[in-house]
Amino acid sequence: MNVAKVLDAKGLSCPMPVVKAKKAMDELTSGQVLEVQTTDKGAKSDLPAWAQASGHKVIDIKEENGILTFWIEKG
Amino acid sequence: MAKIISVKEVANKIIRGEKMFIVDARNAEEFANWRIEGKNVEVVNIPYFEILDGVEPFLDRLPKDKNTTIYSVCAKGGSSEFVAEQLEQAGYQNVYSIEGGMKAWSEHLEPVKIGELKSGGTLYQFVRLGKGCLSYLVESNGEGALIDTNRMTDVYVRFVKEHGITIKHVIDTHLHADHISGGRKLAEQLGATYYLPPKDAEEVTFSYTPIQDGDRIQVGNVVIKALYSPGHTIGSTSFIVDDQYLLTGDILFIDSIGRPDLAGKVQDWVSDLRQTLYKRYKQLADDWVVLPAHYMGPNEMNEDGSVAEALGVLYKQNHGLNIGSEEEFRKTVTENLPPQPNAYKEIRQTNMGKLSPDEEQQREMEIGPNRCAVR
Repeated sequence: MNVAKVLDAKGLSCPMPVVKAKKAMDELTSGQVLEVQTTDKGAKSDLPAWAQASGHKVIDIKEENGILTFWIEKG
Repeated sequence: MAKIISVKEVANKIIRGEKMFIVDARNAEEFANWRIEGKNVEVVNIPYFEILDGVEPFLDRLPKDKNTTIYSVCAKGGSSEFVAEQLEQAGYQNVYSIEGGMKAWSEHLEPVKIGELKSGGTLYQFVRLGKGCLSYLVESNGEGALIDTNRMTDVYVRFVKEHGITIKHVIDTHLHADHISGGRKLAEQLGATYYLPPKDAEEVTFSYTPIQDGDRIQVGNVVIKALYSPGHTIGSTSFIVDDQYLLTGDILFIDSIGRPDLAGKVQDWVSDLRQTLYKRYKQLADDWVVLPAHYMGPNEMNEDGSVAEALGVLYKQNHGLNIGSEEEFRKTVTENLPPQPNAYKEIRQTNMGKLSPDEEQQREMEIGPNRCAVR
């Protein structure tokens, strides 16, 4: 996977992980992948829901040591 | 900056029946599962992550009059502030973010005075609006008994201190499956006796005082009598307070009846439930006021915020008390049941003392409505 940008949103709580993911995504072009790292439990369902509503695609999710990592492809 | 409103103020508005327009900013799945309800409450679901660029795409679902008061809510109170600011930017003048979100809403307990007791004393109901749980305080001559308490023990402790009440007895009508009981903790903290029906307590890991049919508990000048009334669980016990009030636990609600399937023995318990509702309770006085451990919706709430109705009225109006044939009754309470409460198995184990989740885990386990009833 070719990650174009990594967003470290660890320690931030709702709504900031999604707000920052949106800003980061705005700077990418279609097909590029954004990696988002977060520790906010709410992001687990909200990031995919945001991605779907915005036409992006969640390619993979990993949960390790309390850190959630998402790879989202810009639509 | 968005204005903030506490869940206590929201609870008071709902109890007063005020009109409220709420924007719920959680995702669609969470919203579908559980939301703020009230007689005059209108809620729309606009997830915060869909209005990152502004609320314009959703204007048709928002009030036309920009002076309308709007309340925003989310899971914990962060995103609702963001949403409130977005609403303000769209020109809305009176926007309040609900502090602490659905988490705080789920944990808020509102004390409502039910009435005075003939023998001297007062009965209070603690209404947990966010989850539909009801718990009780019987007070007489400075002594008190708490029944079916929630895990937010500090609320009860503060209340009894403020009112100068010494709690002597803490009782659970049954082993709860929808919420974590505060009973054991309160009894320890206040130096009170903790009572459980022994048939529900066979697997508990702590010591307790068994409460059996016919037992009497003296609270000041008032007597609380135990009436064995199985069906929701095998141990379910009702309590008669001062020959005026009937605490039914999860056996009989205002607009529904208990479900017999939360401990895995649905077929065994159907006939117990039938017996309790159609024989045992039928012998009681019509004017006794039923006080259940739950309610399901705002239609069950009285004008003063209480959830209570005379037994005689329920025998006329509650569908679950008016099913003629045993076969139809069996079908009603065993088929097409609503989904079981969130994490009900883990909640039961916690109430038995087998699991000791931390506070955050307890919150997670209790998320969502109580779903203890069959309509």
